[in-house]
Amino acid sequence: MIYIIAEHGLYTYRIINIYDGWGVMAIIMNLGCKITKKSIWIAVLFLAIQMAVPFAQVAAKSHEVSGEQLESSPPESSKILSADHSSFDVLNKDFASGLELTKACLSCHNQSAKQVHTSPHWEWSGLNSKTGQTVGKKNVLNGLLMTISSNEPYCTLCHISNKWTEDTFDNKAEEQVDCLACHDTTGTYALKKMHQLRAKCSACHVDFDKSKARDVVRKPDLTKLAKLVGKSSVQTCGSCHFFSDGGDGVKHGDLDSSLFSATKEVDIHMAKDGEGYDCTTCHKTEKHKMQGSRYMPASKDIRGMDVVGGSRATCESCHGIEPHPETVNDKLNDHVARIACQTCHIPALARGGVPTKTYWDWSTAGRLNDEGKAIIEKDGQDRVTYSSQRGSSQWEENVVPDYIWFNGRIEHLTLTDTIDPSGVVQLNSFAGSSDDPESRIWPVKVLRGKQPFDSENMTLVTAHLFGKEGDAYWKAYNWEESIDTGMKAAGLEFSGKVGFVETEMRIPINHMIAPAKDSLQCESCHSKNGRLADVPGVHMPGRGANPIIDYLGIFLILFSLAGVIGHATLRVVLRHRNNRKA
Amino acid sequence: MTNRIYLFTRFERFWHWTQAALIIFMAVTGFEIRTLYHLFGFEQAVFLHTFAAWGLIGLWVFAVFWHATTGEWKQYIPTMDQIVLIMRYYSVDIFSDAPHPYQKTRMKKHNPLQRLVYLSLWVFIYPAIWVSGILYLFYQDWQAWGIAAYLNLEVIGIIHASSGFLIITFLIGHVYLVTTGRTTFIHIKAMITGWEDVDHTGRESD
Repeated sequence: MIYIIAEHGLYTYRIINIYDGWGVMAIIMNLGCKITKKSIWIAVLFLAIQMAVPFAQVAAKSHEVSGEQLESSPPESSKILSADHSSFDVLNKDFASGLELTKACLSCHNQSAKQVHTSPHWEWSGLNSKTGQTVGKKNVLNGLLMTISSNEPYCTLCHISNKWTEDTFDNKAEEQVDCLACHDTTGTYALKKMHQLRAKCSACHVDFDKSKARDVVRKPDLTKLAKLVGKSSVQTCGSCHFFSDGGDGVKHGDLDSSLFSATKEVDIHMAKDGEGYDCTTCHKTEKHKMQGSRYMPASKDIRGMDVVGGSRATCESCHGIEPHPETVNDKLNDHVARIACQTCHIPALARGGVPTKTYWDWSTAGRLNDEGKAIIEKDGQDRVTYSSQRGSSQWEENVVPDYIWFNGRIEHLTLTDTIDPSGVVQLNSFAGSSDDPESRIWPVKVLRGKQPFDSENMTLVTAHLFGKEGDAYWKAYNWEESIDTGMKAAGLEFSGKVGFVETEMRIPINHMIAPAKDSLQCESCHSKNGRLADVPGVHMPGRGANPIIDYLGIFLILFSLAGVIGHATLRVVLRHRNNRKA
Repeated sequence: MTNRIYLFTRFERFWHWTQAALIIFMAVTGFEIRTLYHLFGFEQAVFLHTFAAWGLIGLWVFAVFWHATTGEWKQYIPTMDQIVLIMRYYSVDIFSDAPHPYQKTRMKKHNPLQRLVYLSLWVFIYPAIWVSGILYLFYQDWQAWGIAAYLNLEVIGIIHASSGFLIITFLIGHVYLVTTGRTTFIHIKAMITGWEDVDHTGRESD
């Protein structure tokens, strides 16, 4: 008897496993043949086990996360991991330079520099295995500050090296790795980027030395910082990534300084009162290499949850491929196949109060005031709408992204590609279509603008922007000379003739996931003129497809109503007449 | 002199009115999904439409079973006999208060025109709407079912919506015609109680 009951229970368990939502029904049907108290208890027990498994998984995960949270917060004695760096003699001395400090770090972490040297953060260059193109900051061109060649002293403020800014930079030297760039836990090290971070001048320019006619600049206390090193944090990553292309929120729209202290509404994962994640919770890092790439986004992740490997910087690696609670027709989970998670769960960009640039017109740059000095014009919200150095700009908050079919392949226009200046030049192109099973509908930020091009060779150009010499655009406002220098540095030809061409550039959107309550609703897209109104190759109920059917249908209904009413009227009238005759 | 005949059994009446309610409800929610108006909101409309669809499919399974086992399916065997007479009645004679030409009996309760219309509903429109509806609902599984290459969601949508419009057109005609009996509510009463008054020849009119 016990055996039979146990079999009942197991059978029920198996049924529940297969048909989840039908589990309760299965129990009733299964036990219908022989209901005993014991068999019900066993079935309930198995159901309880079944239900407990996901809870246990969630509990295990949240435990893991809170562990990481502790590790990434500014160090207090209780939050030190397996080693207390302040007790190491090798760090307990004055460091003349960052190079000295790095040597001290490497004396224990003897593989770290080797790992960093082969990472995208160091190389700024790499092969896009999906397209065969060589990408990375060193190689690509954008519609913002164009390229880094000839502008290294400015652009490499964000390189994790000690001295790329100087000509003598040896990128093979291990001591050149700037460990503190990522491992400072005090949030004060990003000194060299302070201009970008909009710090107060007096934070570093502590005095003025009259004898040398030069500011006295405070240097970081490397010894103190070295003793407090720890895991990277939102602060360390954000000090570069939130300020891409020269300012807070300029480039991405889903990455800006509001994430340093994000509210739940801005980013449910990173909010301290939300999940409290830092960047590496999702961009899982091993041997100094991070998961995730803006150049090769995972447009569709069908591997799902990865308990062992951890996050691959995709939503699916934590949420699985059926992330929504099952419903009667489960349409929400069906959407996963064709709609990127980001499309519904990032309802708008720049939601944290920091605007992002949506338009950058270089063609108006260079206008100076009567005294020949550079101009800066701002709108009522303190946004720079015009500067002599950078031309005209438009900024926006709560930007609704564009939506496109995207299969993860992005091709970048290069400085050697011929362009057609009569149209809008696409600086990058996102491949994908509804026919391609790898493609999903993705949100992208679109940056529009005008930028200089070689009107004889019909190529885009780069310009030498930053520098103290006369050929730097931000010094002398001469496009021909600054482009000449820029193109020479890039090893490319320049005819000397400058024009301006309209350009567009797209950036995939991944961050600033909103709380579920703020995600898009069905009608955001399933409506006439909804968000996906212009996305081709997809049939969506409610988008108003084939209106001719509606017109015909409504006509048919009206026609039959008219027929019925006409028939009824005739009946009444004619019978009335007949009755009178009679 | 009048006779009463038992035209509609209890199941038949239950089936008829439940189906009527579900069809009207599905039309209301269905046309909202096509965004012809706003009532429940898209998400609720889809949920309710799908929910009602499963109900209606279940009902049809029972109805088909009932028709098959009781032999009532024979009521739908098409016939051209008297069809001209019936059409003449509805287009001409009805206006002069002439009696209905068809004589109902328990096993021949539908006149030839009704037979044709109901049969086409059963054979063409209902299958069209529920096959297209199920394909619509299970779009995600086309690949797994191996039918993705032969189907187009756009076309499925057109078939589904068109069938919906045709059913509503039928409904309008149907509702009107049931009021053209000897008295306005005589047929509706029969559909509620099961019993209909006919004269000694079986004709409905006196």
